[in-house]
Amino acid sequence: MMMYSQNPRKVSSFGGGTRVVSMAGTREITFVQALNEALDYAMSADKRVVIMGEDVGVYGGVFGVTMGLYDKYGPERVRDTPIAESGFIGAAVGAAMMGLRPVVELMFIDFLGVAFDQIYNQAAKLRYMTGGKVKVPMVLRTVCGAGIQAAAQHSQSLHAIFTHVPGLKVVMPSTPYDAKGLLLTAVLDEEDPVIFIEHKMLYGVRGPVPEEPYKIPFGVADIKREGKDVTVVATAWMVHKALEAAEKLRGEGIDVEVIDPRTLVPLDVDTILKSIKKTGRLVVVDEGYPRASFATDIAALAASRAFEDLQAPVKLVTPPATPVPFSEALEREWIPNTEKIIKAIREVYNYKRPR
Amino acid sequence: MAYKVKFKNINNVIMFMAQATELTKDRLMWMYETMVKIRLHENKAAELFAQGKIKGFVHLYVGEEAVAVGVMAALKPGDVITGTHRSHGHYIAKGGDIKASFAELFGKRTGSNKGKGGSMHIADPDIGMLGANGMVGGGIPHAVGAALAFKLLGKDNVAVAFFGEGGSNQQNFHEAINLAAIWKLPVIFVCENNLYQISLPYSKQQLITSVAERGKAYGIPGVSVDGQDVLAVYEATREAVERARRGEGPTLIEARTYRFRGHFEGDPQIYRSKEEVEWWMNNKDPIKIFEKYLLERGIATREELDAIWKRVSNEVEEAVKFAEESPYPSPEELYDDVFAKPTQGVLVWRWD
Repeated sequence: MMMYSQNPRKVSSFGGGTRVVSMAGTREITFVQALNEALDYAMSADKRVVIMGEDVGVYGGVFGVTMGLYDKYGPERVRDTPIAESGFIGAAVGAAMMGLRPVVELMFIDFLGVAFDQIYNQAAKLRYMTGGKVKVPMVLRTVCGAGIQAAAQHSQSLHAIFTHVPGLKVVMPSTPYDAKGLLLTAVLDEEDPVIFIEHKMLYGVRGPVPEEPYKIPFGVADIKREGKDVTVVATAWMVHKALEAAEKLRGEGIDVEVIDPRTLVPLDVDTILKSIKKTGRLVVVDEGYPRASFATDIAALAASRAFEDLQAPVKLVTPPATPVPFSEALEREWIPNTEKIIKAIREVYNYKRPR
Repeated sequence: MAYKVKFKNINNVIMFMAQATELTKDRLMWMYETMVKIRLHENKAAELFAQGKIKGFVHLYVGEEAVAVGVMAALKPGDVITGTHRSHGHYIAKGGDIKASFAELFGKRTGSNKGKGGSMHIADPDIGMLGANGMVGGGIPHAVGAALAFKLLGKDNVAVAFFGEGGSNQQNFHEAINLAAIWKLPVIFVCENNLYQISLPYSKQQLITSVAERGKAYGIPGVSVDGQDVLAVYEATREAVERARRGEGPTLIEARTYRFRGHFEGDPQIYRSKEEVEWWMNNKDPIKIFEKYLLERGIATREELDAIWKRVSNEVEEAVKFAEESPYPSPEELYDDVFAKPTQGVLVWRWD
């Protein structure tokens, strides 16, 4: 059983303002179901929402995220596309400019190479290049992550590439609850292109999710576990690994705080810096490649903004700079695991500054 | 003023050999004036570039005026276009303000894009010009998306994608045209075949002899038209637009044209002979061709046409003056318009 923070969370409600939702007694559904509920609600609430992608219609998406939406909303609004990612993502850009709110599915994040121009040169830049005259309110949903032996072209975590490019908002949820609330914000509220990244190992994860629609604002990190000794910043599947590590270290008397930024752009810098101020020790766990990555980004943040607070060197736990291997034996070695996270946390916890 | 259309079928492509037109004199004069406006705008831009007053990459539309004007003459308000890196002509023909375009070329705050786009990104969505594009073929899918929006929002409008024959070799052309075809979207794909992809001649880019032949591959009509004849372009577009508005889907139009200047300002043009360029300028100047048409049929007098040149010339001078006198954006404007609005968390990162 995965561990979740069961703390009440601040949620911006549909009636306006914010309110606190208690998770006690809430039903549990999977990450896939949570995403599906968000899309279903968004389509019912706003007729401008259209879904496009490969096998998203009758088939319901290769991971089942759009299941049932074709039957409910019809072929005009749930559009199966040819295998032409640049074409349909580019069409989403144009449709967004002209008043629709398209949600497109890039089947695997690894496929971004065939469509990247439409994302980083078009969607991301059109508002800026036109001095704010054009807006591109579209959501690109895509699937990342290793763990099912899908090998080097179907297992990457390339979120840092999107984070690198100005003009894109980048969302990476770790729980069904966050997935639903963040996707509703992305589809219904955002006026900018949003890259919504779903880790394939999370699809089957269950968690408490309110039945009613709710939105989670971007740029607000979630403290998944409070602690006073070591800050762990982790994303997506790695949040769960970090929480496992934290539970195991409890027995050793190490009190770990786990922060999930939830959105990489915008980034909730304050929550991370506040935590480092409290603990003085930072470990970043991320499944992206090790260099020019989200992990190095957070390390740079700590080095430049929290130098005085740090009691130990920052530790980064990431895969090595190799493609993702196929063999189970190698993939297991590639993915950051709980043991590696525990080792890193122990090292920063036990570090003594030389006098 | 109706003329019979003659068709000629070459390699499965219908070639328009003449025009049928029922355009009013006002409309014809608007077409002429707009072509003149593009010509003078571009000549002035070349002059300013040579003087070092405008910088960056500047691709001029001289010689291709009849394509933009012929297409735009067949559109109605609410229709939209997407452009190329060579889009000043599209912008002007769609109704763009040349004060704003010159200010944009100067990088001024009063520019069409607040000085943030420049020549290759000139846009004005208010008039349906969704944007020039620095990526070859990059704007083609946007037109398809715009057409999808029209269809789903129940609007009776069409979208036009402009691109060159070079762009017709791009992924985006093939993917977008196929998408528009299977979804029967109201799109007109207008290929400005100016015979050179920077330096590579058309004959070395494709084995087919007309980009219009590619329509067949996607199950849509492909039409090739003399892009130096504004009325031929108008007629071909009008047919395509009517078809699109009837819900019958997209059309591919190839307009055979020629750029009188280099690919960009500063292009040494070693890939084509002076004689070739002169031949086109002497025999296929779209403005001269249309002028002859207007004069021979007694639609306009020499004096009327001269007055247009004078008026437009003054307008261009005024626009340049406006641009030169306009302020540059302030340094703080660097950070504006990356995103819609400020939000929680850090959105526009700065390390300082």
